[in-house]
Amino acid sequence: VSKADAAAAILWVGATFYALFGGADFGGGFWDLVAGGPERGQRPRDLIQRSLTPVWEANHVWLIFVLVVLWTAFPPAFSAIFTTLYVPIALAALGIVLRGAGFAFRKSIVGLQGRRAMGATFAISSVITPFFMGTVVGAIAAGNVPAAGNGDAFSTWLQPLPLLIGAMFAASGAYLAAVFLVGDARRQEDGEMERYFVRRALIAAVVAGAFAVAGLFALHSEARYVFDRLTSQGLPLVILSLLCGVALLALLLRGARRPLRPLAAGAVTAVIWGWGVAQFPYLLPTSLRIDQAAAPGPTMTIIFIVFAIAAVLVLPSLGLLYTLAQKDLLESEH
Amino acid sequence: VIPLAASASNLLAAREQMAFTLGFHIVLSCLGVALPATILVANYIGLKKDDEAALELAKRWSKAMAVTFAVGAVTGTVLSFEFGLLWPQFMDRFGAAFGIAFAIEGIFFFLEAIFLAIYIYGWKRLSGWAHFWSGVPMFVTGIGGAFSVVAANSWMNQPQGFTLNAAGKVIDVEPLKVLINPATGYEVPHMILAAYMVVGFLVASVYAVGMLKGRRDRLHRLGLLIPLTIGLIATPIQLFVGDTAARAVADHQPAKFAAMECIQETGGHQTEYVGGVCTSDGVKAAIPIPDLDSFLVGFSADTKVTGLNEIPNDERPPANTFLHLSFDAMVGIGTALLALGAWVAWAWWKRRDIPRTPWFLRIVAVSGAASVLALWAGWIVTEVGRQPWIVQGYMRTSEAVTDAKGIWFSFGLVLLLYAGLGTGAVLVLRSMSRRWREQGADLEGDTPYAPSAPTGRKYAYMEGNRPVDGGGS
Repeated sequence: VSKADAAAAILWVGATFYALFGGADFGGGFWDLVAGGPERGQRPRDLIQRSLTPVWEANHVWLIFVLVVLWTAFPPAFSAIFTTLYVPIALAALGIVLRGAGFAFRKSIVGLQGRRAMGATFAISSVITPFFMGTVVGAIAAGNVPAAGNGDAFSTWLQPLPLLIGAMFAASGAYLAAVFLVGDARRQEDGEMERYFVRRALIAAVVAGAFAVAGLFALHSEARYVFDRLTSQGLPLVILSLLCGVALLALLLRGARRPLRPLAAGAVTAVIWGWGVAQFPYLLPTSLRIDQAAAPGPTMTIIFIVFAIAAVLVLPSLGLLYTLAQKDLLESEH
Repeated sequence: VIPLAASASNLLAAREQMAFTLGFHIVLSCLGVALPATILVANYIGLKKDDEAALELAKRWSKAMAVTFAVGAVTGTVLSFEFGLLWPQFMDRFGAAFGIAFAIEGIFFFLEAIFLAIYIYGWKRLSGWAHFWSGVPMFVTGIGGAFSVVAANSWMNQPQGFTLNAAGKVIDVEPLKVLINPATGYEVPHMILAAYMVVGFLVASVYAVGMLKGRRDRLHRLGLLIPLTIGLIATPIQLFVGDTAARAVADHQPAKFAAMECIQETGGHQTEYVGGVCTSDGVKAAIPIPDLDSFLVGFSADTKVTGLNEIPNDERPPANTFLHLSFDAMVGIGTALLALGAWVAWAWWKRRDIPRTPWFLRIVAVSGAASVLALWAGWIVTEVGRQPWIVQGYMRTSEAVTDAKGIWFSFGLVLLLYAGLGTGAVLVLRSMSRRWREQGADLEGDTPYAPSAPTGRKYAYMEGNRPVDGGGS
């Protein structure tokens, strides 16, 4: 394994954590959006707010981690992506601002109207943001980003594959969130909310699965290189994802209590690594290879050191945060 | 092919957008850097002396910080997007060197977000000292984060630690030289002290306004004294660091120094101009102090200072008057705050109390806004003074800018969005403060470290609450 490949793996680890935790936070926003009027939606919204409040900022940092590793370890890839896909990237950034501000303000604002406006801002942007991030990933996978950058601002991502991946991102976030919220409802011994999110997890699983299948077809016609490798080298991961997804569906239908979260996380993780394997050795299929985009060795060493420190310091701290949150030792009310 | 006009127009739009979003974020990042220490001081006093007013202050400030940190997290994210959206060529060529500091910053940002959440939401159910210590990492990550980001900026001013190939791309890097460049030593402490000044005077100004409105309880006195003391301690150190920084800039970036001091001709016996308008034949409408500029640069009136006449036309910083006035504003405000500190120290020495005249409170009330102004002014001197370079001597800002269309449109959108963001943040903070004032008389239900009924656990170290006298701010 070369230094560049190892750095690419670190990039993928960051993307995986962001998809799992950041994705679930966006999914929480989706369920907030479709929870109905203020009275009917109050209980699910409260549960979502309690779950998200102490953790969403820490989860968000994975995105910064991914951006920083990308521009430091693979500068030409970063600039090629940003000079081509600047429209969906800017829209995702807009969504990030609105989501964060809407969520933070809603919690602290007094008065129903302001609170509802902020809530709507938070919820709508929670759907828009992962969608546009997905179109960026889809456009990269489709091979629409030229190595020299400055690809077309619209036709590169306004295509079936990027749009489907965008929809799949939003749906997977909703799926993860629903599964996580089932656990949170259970912990609070709220049977009604548990059933509420079990139903929604099932629906989201089916919808995300449907987008994934449609995505495979689009991949077949729009991104042959990635499709071919996904169905050969990447096949075990695709099957793993499928197995996790089906097992989770079966558990949810039987009302089983665990292991729901690991299975949901496994299904999403397998897809992300399947994508990675499928476009290896390219960062931008098929115009820019990992080794062509790689920064000099000493820069990569810094990335490894930072990653090692993150593993030793950040992961246990995140574990502490999640543990305290799960034990209800962190109170989001004021 | 992009016509030259389009790319020149992009350059202006991109610079305006970057300046605006950075100017917005820099205030919030000061809060992220220095507010934790301020809160921890109040928390420590509260725990050590069993002082409920101090505890209440720590709690309120941490709730305000929850809002400002959330806004800072998203505006900071916007900046990382802008590196790619506005300056892709810069990142392409120099990301491998410039990015190193940000990779390190990532760790600090992570730990900051984690421990901030534990601290902010741990008031009710964690025990007093466990809660206090959960906040201490925030103080460390604030310093570490500021170091990383400002080291990246000082590298732009004093780039080193990399080898370029014929195409101008980085092919080798010496990370330590990138991080510890000649400007790191003065830029980093200058920014960290600026953060402590901004937070100190800003928070104190809120309570000064409250005291001017007649709220003179212990909560307000402490709310004024704790942050004001921090700001006033930082001020003299800052003036010393800033003075060192100015001398280093004269040495490292003579074009920046000549522009901010309006020095036209190289030579000794340079006049220090206070205020005024810079023109190619000297400074108009300024207060001239003969020889002082030379003296400040080299401790002797004979010190030779480089003038703009030695800088090639296309390497001179723009907007010299603006730069000069920004520099003067920063130094002027810093000096005024130093005088404020002397006044407070004298009053304290005389009577163990703050000055009693309302003028003292009025001055503290504006010190917050003034310190933010000084912060912006200093940042303008650093950034505009480096122009036309994005990487001093290596890459022009015009070479770094994107060819993407619609930058003026995105700038317009950003203005609208941030106007909403700023208004929202202020409204939320005001509504919180109003709620605290209304609840002021009845703190029973909201006391920190109270027994937590739902879980039945008892972490309370404090029972039998004495109500805090008076209201909040």
